[in-house]
Amino acid sequence: MKYLLMLALLLPTLSFAEVAKDIADDPVMERRMMLLAEKVRCLVCQSEPVSNSHSDWSKDVRQIMRDKMKAGATDQEILDLLVERFGKSVLFDPPVDKETMPLWSAPFILLLLGGAGLYYQLKKRRGEVAEAELSTQDEQRAAQLLNESPAALNEKTAAQKETQA
Amino acid sequence: MMRFILPFVIFLILSVFLYKGLGRDTREVPSPLVGRAAPAFVLPLLHEPGKVFSPKEMQGRVWLLNVWASWCGACKDEHPVLMALSQQNVVPIVGLDYKDKAIDGEMTLKKAGDPYSLVIADADGKVGFDYGVYGVPETYVIDKAGIIAYKLIGAVTAQNLREKILPLVAELQAK
Amino acid sequence: MIPELGHFSLIVALCLAIILGVLPILGAARNNSVFMGVARPLAYGQLLFVGLAFAALANAFLSNDFSVLYVAQHSNSQLPGQYRFAAIWGGHEGSLLLWALFLTVWTAAVARFSRHLPEEMVARVLGVMGLISVGFLLFMLFTSSPFERLLPAAADGRDLNPLLQDPGLVIHPPMLYMGYVGFSVAYAFAISALLGGKLDATWARWSRPWTTVAWVFMTIGIALGSGWAYYELGWGGWWFWDPVENASFMPWLLGTALIHSLAVTEKRGAFKSWTVLLAIAAFSLSLLGTFLVRSGVLTSVHSFAADPRRGIFILSFLVLVIGASLLLFAWRAPKVGLGGKFDMLSRESLLLSNNVLLSVASASVFIGTLYPLFMDALGYGKLSVGPPYFEAVFVPLMIPMVFMMGLGPLARWKKMAVPDLARRVQWGFAGALVLALLLPLVMGKFLSLESDKWSPMIVLGLLMAFWIIASLVISLRQRLSGQGTLMHRVRRQSLSYYGMQLAHLGVALFIVGVTLVKGYETERDVRMNVGDTVMAGGYEFRFNGVTETQGPNYVAGVGHVTVNKDGKLVGELTPEKRQYNVSGMPLTEAAIQTGVFRDLYVSLGEAIPESDGAWAVRVYIKPFIDWIWAGSLLMALGGLLAVSDRRYRIHKKAVSGSQSTVDGSQSEGAAS
Repeated sequence: MKYLLMLALLLPTLSFAEVAKDIADDPVMERRMMLLAEKVRCLVCQSEPVSNSHSDWSKDVRQIMRDKMKAGATDQEILDLLVERFGKSVLFDPPVDKETMPLWSAPFILLLLGGAGLYYQLKKRRGEVAEAELSTQDEQRAAQLLNESPAALNEKTAAQKETQA
Repeated sequence: MMRFILPFVIFLILSVFLYKGLGRDTREVPSPLVGRAAPAFVLPLLHEPGKVFSPKEMQGRVWLLNVWASWCGACKDEHPVLMALSQQNVVPIVGLDYKDKAIDGEMTLKKAGDPYSLVIADADGKVGFDYGVYGVPETYVIDKAGIIAYKLIGAVTAQNLREKILPLVAELQAK
Repeated sequence: MIPELGHFSLIVALCLAIILGVLPILGAARNNSVFMGVARPLAYGQLLFVGLAFAALANAFLSNDFSVLYVAQHSNSQLPGQYRFAAIWGGHEGSLLLWALFLTVWTAAVARFSRHLPEEMVARVLGVMGLISVGFLLFMLFTSSPFERLLPAAADGRDLNPLLQDPGLVIHPPMLYMGYVGFSVAYAFAISALLGGKLDATWARWSRPWTTVAWVFMTIGIALGSGWAYYELGWGGWWFWDPVENASFMPWLLGTALIHSLAVTEKRGAFKSWTVLLAIAAFSLSLLGTFLVRSGVLTSVHSFAADPRRGIFILSFLVLVIGASLLLFAWRAPKVGLGGKFDMLSRESLLLSNNVLLSVASASVFIGTLYPLFMDALGYGKLSVGPPYFEAVFVPLMIPMVFMMGLGPLARWKKMAVPDLARRVQWGFAGALVLALLLPLVMGKFLSLESDKWSPMIVLGLLMAFWIIASLVISLRQRLSGQGTLMHRVRRQSLSYYGMQLAHLGVALFIVGVTLVKGYETERDVRMNVGDTVMAGGYEFRFNGVTETQGPNYVAGVGHVTVNKDGKLVGELTPEKRQYNVSGMPLTEAAIQTGVFRDLYVSLGEAIPESDGAWAVRVYIKPFIDWIWAGSLLMALGGLLAVSDRRYRIHKKAVSGSQSTVDGSQSEGAAS
């Protein structure tokens, strides 16, 4: 019984099998095509890239991309062609231009504003809170600050912290 | 204390945009081809594959290019509208049978009637791609100089015919 | 009859919600304890009646009552029982009812677990939640009742979208909605604090556990959704930056920020107005997500059928709720005190920088998602913003964020010297860097790839993950050193500390998963005759043909693929290509063998015409992909651990002598 089972498992490997062929004639180009297709929106779907869509239209676009690549077109040329036919909304990756400047710059402007805002707030706080509750301990420290060099102070506080922890 | 009112102001502006966005049709994509010359092509006629048609032949006339197919559901909706339009004889309609088997296309027209001045067969969809077709049916209004003046995505209805297409055709014909 | 009862229950619930939204808040303002006292009973009553309505709808689905329009649209007699139940939230109306149900669940939970809160606070919180409930119930009753009748009744239903007939859909939306709606609690706490004018650290302490629980639900919900997309869409992707995914991701990011800023507010009493604003914004984004999904303003795979009337209603509701909250904020926030003291570099400041990054990330997702709408509204024409944009923007923001995530738990509250912090982490960072540089050199061999792949992105990803782990180890060592037995020391640390570290470890695992799957996945798209083999990542896949089987409500071609490695059988995979009987919709069901270090993923393409049973087959090896979800799960678990910390139970209010005093603004914690 055991042998039969083993045989059954082995059988498929013994039959005359072939190594499967890639669907694409040229897998390297296919890879390039799929990477490009990720940047193209399937117009008949809701929000899917052409690379992931089962729709007929996407299949056509993929075929056209293959044809153009075979004919030696660059990725940019293919994207330009698609934009010429279907408009800018076919691109999932909007190029940086006048209309998309706000889009591309917004995150970095926001980050700068946020960072600056936080820095300003922290700085302002430090002043205001210190004023509000200047304890004797703080006074001592202030005195230290005035007398000692920053490096020495840092070492000192660090040492204090070590003992505390 | 301007900064505390700022979130409210931003939100207010945002809601105006959201309100404007409510009515918009996210499916519709305006064609970049509007205002440009209709792409040239040479295609065989559906009924007489021996003969060919090219947009050049329509030079000097305003015409409609209607992209349809036997497999397309919405085309059946617009078909009676096109039939009625063809009987008025105001504008020639050229049908482009998109990615279809010739037999299926012919059978459809035989059964439901043929509103077209002539029908061309774009079996592999290459010409359709040049015209930026992505949802059948689509209808193009092309002027005397061969410039695409308007593109409709979706079915032609009595309403958009009356309100948009026919006035545009009349205007272009008067030029 | 039962559907009418359901409808009636909703009307009763609406009446209760209206009273709940008015009397207790009024009572709190006038110090009328009778008015305040009605809040709790009303909250329970509301839950009861919305629960009844939900039960009525469930009954209609389970008994195949196709005289109910919503049931006829989303179910079918052939549909298996569990999906008939899940179909309740398979469409707009029912999912709205689920939303409302969860809202009343949360309201009742607040009523139940707030015994030790001041009466007027409870009254206000429940009142605010009642007002939100009024909005949703009105919305449902006026524009989207799931109980509308269809006359004459349909013979059978139109069936649930096949994509949604999946165990994932049974649990993903409820989890996500629990999260969405859960943020309403944090929101209600914030609004009550603003209304009461007492925006102190106690408020932060009370809303912390609620926020964390909501965040846990949301984390699980999003992870489940991503897992669902992974095995159901057949492309092996796990995140698509679809508008609807983004709609859940934005509040999650802000919720994460909120959890951290609540910590600062609680410990130091600082940045209170910012925290309040975050609480308002997180819930506002939840509401906005609802609007985006249901109004048709954005294109998405997941969006419900668009109806402008509904859009107008939700938008008005949004403007009312968010607008009023932000006005209240503008009015009350300027009077908020500053709170305790801390330095430029301290745990507080690190937590707040993380807040800035998370908020900017959330805002960027927001801008990217809505930009097409902005442009269209301004008349600039149509454009699309998709995954390439989000990836380009998101990754750079997350790098500093992760860096600070490692520093945060090591830094002290109040004050930290740069050299001190640097000295503590230098070896950890160096170790992480060396490991990140070297690991890619052997990774290829480990995953049986033809070649090793060393790319800066992989190194960067690994560095971030190892950095988090290194900082975690340093922190543990530091905490666990000292006197007493190890067990004693381990037990002395708070659960919330372990929770935090566990969640951070989750982030590390998540990053490992994302990095390695992106860097090392293998993909083969092949044409396979019966008996053909294909090699991918050291595995040999053999295609043994397709057989036909009958599912409960579909027919499927089942592919049989055996996988061998080094001559040993690893398993058999059976990807399916289904055709659903009612809708006729085809569906690809991928077959996945999960593993700690890799998933084997096979999906069927099309049958190849004019061949002898040959099929197009897609084969993927996805290294470490399950770490993405394992990481997310750890984050959720961490949240749960933190919540179960005794110190965050509400009943222990203002206990003096606890390590972190409740209002740190007045009494600076003596020990740091």
